[in-house]
Order: sequence, then C-alpha cells, then structure tokens
Amino acid sequence: MRRWLRRPAALIASGVVAAFVAVALAAPHLAPYDPIATDFRAVRKAPSGAHVLGTDEVGRDVLSRVIWGARASLLAGVIPVALALTVSIPLGLLSGYAGGWIDGLIMRLTDAMLAIPFLIVAIALAAFLGPSLTNAMLAIGIAALPTFLRLARGTVLALKTEEYVEAARALGCSHVRIAGRHIFPNMVAPLLIQSSLTVAAAVIAEASLSFLGLGQQPPAPSWGSMLNAAQRYLSQAPWIALYPGLVIFSLVMALNVLGDALRDALDPRYG
Amino acid sequence: MSLARFVARRIVVLVPTLFFVSVLIFSLQQLLPGDAALALAGEERDETAVAAIRARYHLDRPVVVQYAIWMGKVLRGDLGESLRSRLPVSELLASKLPVTLELAFASMLIALAIGIPAGVLSAARRGTVADLAANLVALSGLSVPHFWLGIMLILLFAVRLGWLPASGYVAPWENLGRNLTTILLPSIVLGTGVAGVMMRHTRGAMLQTLSADYVRTARAKSVPERLVILKHALRNALIPVITLGAIEFGRLLSGAVLTEQIFAIPGFGKLLVDGVFNRDYAVVQGVVLVSAGLYVLLNLLADVLYFVANPRLRG
Repeated sequence: MRRWLRRPAALIASGVVAAFVAVALAAPHLAPYDPIATDFRAVRKAPSGAHVLGTDEVGRDVLSRVIWGARASLLAGVIPVALALTVSIPLGLLSGYAGGWIDGLIMRLTDAMLAIPFLIVAIALAAFLGPSLTNAMLAIGIAALPTFLRLARGTVLALKTEEYVEAARALGCSHVRIAGRHIFPNMVAPLLIQSSLTVAAAVIAEASLSFLGLGQQPPAPSWGSMLNAAQRYLSQAPWIALYPGLVIFSLVMALNVLGDALRDALDPRYG
Repeated sequence: MSLARFVARRIVVLVPTLFFVSVLIFSLQQLLPGDAALALAGEERDETAVAAIRARYHLDRPVVVQYAIWMGKVLRGDLGESLRSRLPVSELLASKLPVTLELAFASMLIALAIGIPAGVLSAARRGTVADLAANLVALSGLSVPHFWLGIMLILLFAVRLGWLPASGYVAPWENLGRNLTTILLPSIVLGTGVAGVMMRHTRGAMLQTLSADYVRTARAKSVPERLVILKHALRNALIPVITLGAIEFGRLLSGAVLTEQIFAIPGFGKLLVDGVFNRDYAVVQGVVLVSAGLYVLLNLLADVLYFVANPRLRG
C-alpha cells in the first residue's frame, strides 16, 4: 500500500477510474439532457453553452450520451472479466491439480481458443449469438477466458509443489481443502493483475463491437456506437467523433496504468 | 537437437490444437438461435428453399456426422459458398487475404521502426526524461482505441489538410504510388499499437542484457558505449522480441478488422464484418479458420526463428 502511494501515476489513475465509476453511477443526476431524446431543431450543433459538447446527427446531447455511455463501457469492462474469473478459477484448479487427461483436454482447448485472435473470436461469437450488449459481454468474456485459464492453471502447477502444500497433504487435508484453503489464496495476486489489464482490453473490445453494430443497440448510448455514427459526419461535425474517443482513451489509459502499478506492487519479479 | 527434429516435434504438437480449433469453429454454427436452416436461408423463407438448405448442409444428421462432413470438405479446401455472392468462400478468402497481409506487413514495419529504437533508447537512458516520454508514448499507443485514432487521422490528414485519401484501396500492381498513399494511414493506426508492445518488450530485454556479465566485460575492455549497446546488448535482446513479433501478428489481424472498416479497405477484416451483417455464416467461419491457421503458422515460425537465433537451445 505504501508503494502504491509513492507512485503518483497510480494515484492519479485510481482517481480517474473512481471518477468514471462515480459518473456512471450518478448518470441520471449528472446528464443535463435525456440521452436518447432527439431534437430536430438542434441537429449537429457545435459545442455551445446549451450543449457543452455539441449535439449529434439527430440532435441528441453529446455530453449526456457520453455520461450515460460510461455505464455500458464499465459494465462491459467488468462483467466479461468476472465471467472469465468464475469459469477459470475452478477449471484452472481442476486442470492444474488433477493433471492427466483432464488437464490435457482443458489445455488443448485453451490452445485452440488462443489460436484465434481475441477480437475475431468476439466478433464471430457476437455474430452467431446475435447483436446485443449482453451477447457482446458474453463474447468478450469467452474470448478472454483462455488467457485466465492458462494463468490459473500455471499458478496452481507452481503452487502444488510448495512445501506448505506438501505439508498440508502430509497432515491429511482433503483435496478440496488444499485447493480451497492453501492454493486458491495464492492465486489471487496474479489473477488480479491479469483482471485489471483485461478490464482495459474489454472496454476497448466493447467499444469495437458497438462501433461495428454488434454491441449496444441504438438508441441506447455507448461510446463505440457513438463513434460509428460520427464517422459519417466527420467533416461537418467532428465533435461527435472527438469526445467519445477521448473518454475511451482516458479510461483505458488509467486502467492500464493501474494494471502496471498492481503488477509492480504484487509481482516480486517486477518493481 | 537438429532443426528438422525440432520442427517435426512442434508440428506434431500442433495437430491436436488444430483439431480443437476446427471443433470450435464448427460449433459456432450451433450457437445460431432457433432453426439453423432458417437462419442460413436468410430472406428466402419458402419451405422448399429451407428444405434444400437443410439437405445441403446435412442439418438433419447428427452433429458428429455434420462435423465429419464439414471437416472432410475443409481438408479438401472446400469452405462452402457465400450466401450473398454465391462464390466459393475459399476464392473470396484468396482474393482478400493479400490486401490484409500487405496492411499487416506495412504496420509491422512501422511498429519495428518505432518500437525497437524507442525501446533501446529508453533502456540506455533509464530514468531520464527520454525514458519517461518513450514509456508514456508506448502506454498511449496501447490504450488508444485504434478505430478512433483512425477516424482522427482521417479528420486531420484527409478532411482538414487534404494530404492523403480518406479511404479506399488501390492494388500495388495497378498503381504503386496510390497504393502506398492509401495504405499509409491505416498502417500507422495499426502499427502504433504494436509499436507500444514492441517498445516495452525491447526495453525490458535490453535492461536485462545490459546488466549481463558479457556487457560488463565489454565495458571493462573499454568498447565504445554505442557498440556495447548496439552489438553486445541489442543482438541478444532481440531474440525474445522476434518471437513477440510473430505473436503480435494476431493483434494485427484483430485490429485489421476495424481499421479496414474505417478506411474501406477490401481485405480480410471487411470480409468478416460484411459476412457478419449479411448473415453469411460460411464466410465468417472461413475468415476465423484462416486467421487461426495463419496465427498457428506464425507461432511455429516464431519458435523456429527462436531456435535458430538461440544457439544454446541446439546443444
């Protein structure tokens, strides 16, 4: 914790992420306009006093949509990672602890999933499942799964030969107790580091899927889908494209800095 | 171990991986909500058309039989037919792949040209302003959503300054100059992300080699610092970076999907996205299959390069 406070970058990044969370939670109170209310008297208006970040192609307030869009992005950052963790911890424990053909099968499947590039898995899954924010999150979670699974299993393999695990086994602890009480607590740090970096990747992946029309469906606001519409009005209304991208960039950058700092603080190999 | 034995052993390990890849890609079809034949028929909803599709794709047979039939065709290079264009999927893939490969190659050149010198500089001047700046730029390259960077570059260089075309693609054999101008912005967009990863890894590897004994010896012999860095440290630091280059190719293929969409480049990624929107499932499966195949091959290549570059593995 002290090392944490000594890193100004990590401190600023924590603040930025906390601010995004606060904005997402308080969206109904912070947004000056209804994010899906169209106003055809105010189409593609440049930033002004009435609309601080301007309006989009159907007269919706860009600032309000950016504020509400934080919900979709943060959800899409956290839920896929939670999904990947929930599946990979028990499977990784099973694979690493049991070994044998179970381990072989799980690892070959993991290799196969890793062979397909991340976003291509997510796009293909979203395509076959049908476009929606829920399916996009599911697709991102599945695409992120093999990395977590491999990490969880690798950690279990390393921990299995530790002396305190041997000691627990010699004392006659059951397999479930060894896995749960002795191995699992030591898996938390590497999985936490991976999670924080994957949240950043998932935010970008959701924006990408929504940009392609495979994530959040209109008129619900999402930073990615805002950019999709924005591209068509680039020469007349560049502000529609500028702000959603800037917020994605800031959030992802803050999450990456946080991930790096966590790794430096928790992983003895760095720092 | 000889090189031939090493390669043979790696290929044997690949067989089960490729088998599971094919199972995963085949299973995508099982995710289609409701009746797959109806979904595959698209707009043609009359019963004879749906029945024809059901018979043609053997949808009335057990899943295992369906897989065997599908795999048999894939092994003979038959990836089915596009529902939209009625062209064989393999033909579509063959015509789009070179475009994406050119884009990926150009992006990789940009990534190496920026990433490696930046990594060397920041390792050699560890803790200075240059190091901090290089790290900040690498982190930005990793964090920026590339499709947004593409839109911003179009806004600046095409819309405002008018220096480069906003979108489109000209094949190199038609007009090399136009080809390079159309590919420049998309390659920068894709290259910067990979440059960030390359820079971080080069820096890490350089810091390790710079603290190695042989570097200390070279310095003790008063070898000029430039030579110590470029000849003694960099040469060894590059070995892990080569491997990374091949793995990062997967990121390039992923990134190409959005970049091609933004710059309207008729490549692999655009084929995938168009396939998704036309509900052209055979095309989607084909693109996923080929990108996985390419990725596996590149990983094999990376392992071989690593083996060749690292005499200690040959013993």
